[in-house]
Amino acid sequence: MSDISATEQTYEAGMGDYFALLKPRVMSLVVFTALVGLLVAPMPVHPFIGFVAILCIAVGAGASGALNRWWDADIDARMKRTAGRPIPSGRVQPGEALGIGLALSGFAIILLALATNFLAAFLLAFTIFFYAVIYSMWLKRATPQNIVIGGAAGAFPPMIGWAVATGGVSIESVLMFALIFMWTPPHFWALALFVKSDYGNAGIPMLTETHGRKATRNHILIYTLLLVPVAIGLGFTSIGGPVYTAVAVAMNAWFLKGAYDIWRRDDAASEADKHKVEIGVFKVSLYYLFAHFVALLVEAVLRLYGLGGW
Amino acid sequence: MALQVEHEIHARRKGRNFGVFALLIGFIAIVFGLTVVKVLQLGEAGEFERFDHVARPQIVPEEGAGE
Repeated sequence: MSDISATEQTYEAGMGDYFALLKPRVMSLVVFTALVGLLVAPMPVHPFIGFVAILCIAVGAGASGALNRWWDADIDARMKRTAGRPIPSGRVQPGEALGIGLALSGFAIILLALATNFLAAFLLAFTIFFYAVIYSMWLKRATPQNIVIGGAAGAFPPMIGWAVATGGVSIESVLMFALIFMWTPPHFWALALFVKSDYGNAGIPMLTETHGRKATRNHILIYTLLLVPVAIGLGFTSIGGPVYTAVAVAMNAWFLKGAYDIWRRDDAASEADKHKVEIGVFKVSLYYLFAHFVALLVEAVLRLYGLGGW
Repeated sequence: MALQVEHEIHARRKGRNFGVFALLIGFIAIVFGLTVVKVLQLGEAGEFERFDHVARPQIVPEEGAGE
């Protein structure tokens, strides 16, 4: 037995290693959008039940993250950016990640069903299944449209938050879903244009590598064009209003201008100024989503004082 | 050498044990809090008996009244 294998066997992961399995940064976005979905709903939720519901959604998202890390450990080990993650670096055993993912999924779904309602729990269960099985196990390695489909998993949280409060699905929650769903591809592809990746080494079909960077620029513009009516349309539902619509029009104009600039450029121009436009659009995309959901919250607060809405 | 390796493992294990302990306490707090909130939301305390999942004639006044 060599020294290295002896070290691996005696290493025991700390709590921090297990926490890193749950993708804390993804969880923070999930918590924010789910909270907005819950707060803008017309029915009030008891604060403690609301807290437990958001906790369950966050834990469910973390569990699907752990399942994703368990399944993707082989490709994570082959890419520089991801080689330091808990499983490929040997700090957490694959079986542990699988166990944590399954246990936390069950915990989150059952507790959400008991604390709120079965529809919310079903949506959470479907989200975990969608991310871990449909996206991670199947589509991620099969199609360059993986980002598009995978975006659906990230789009469910506000819909779950809404279901926690109302017990149902409605046009408002579907449009909140559609907003994140349509936003994900241009957001991620803008990143793919300026980050040097080694997805090719890991055998993952990314659009930039399968169809080229020009096609990726076209895709960004098309998806941004499709995103605009969804984002502005949400302003004319019961959770929208003048504040939201004004924010949506401004942010969509900004994002669309960026997508157009990306589409107009070629790689030579992009290399020349070190991807200035692409990096700029990626940053705008972050503000874009944040501004839309904050504007929805503002409308909800204004409605409390009889001011929001149309 | 061997003792030092043992010691390092035990320190890490201790951290994990405290982590699990904190999670269990948190879980108990959540279940207890949910119970309190759900019961208080019922309004009338008599309603709570329906959670027994057992037939309780005394909480159905019509049936008991004629006898």
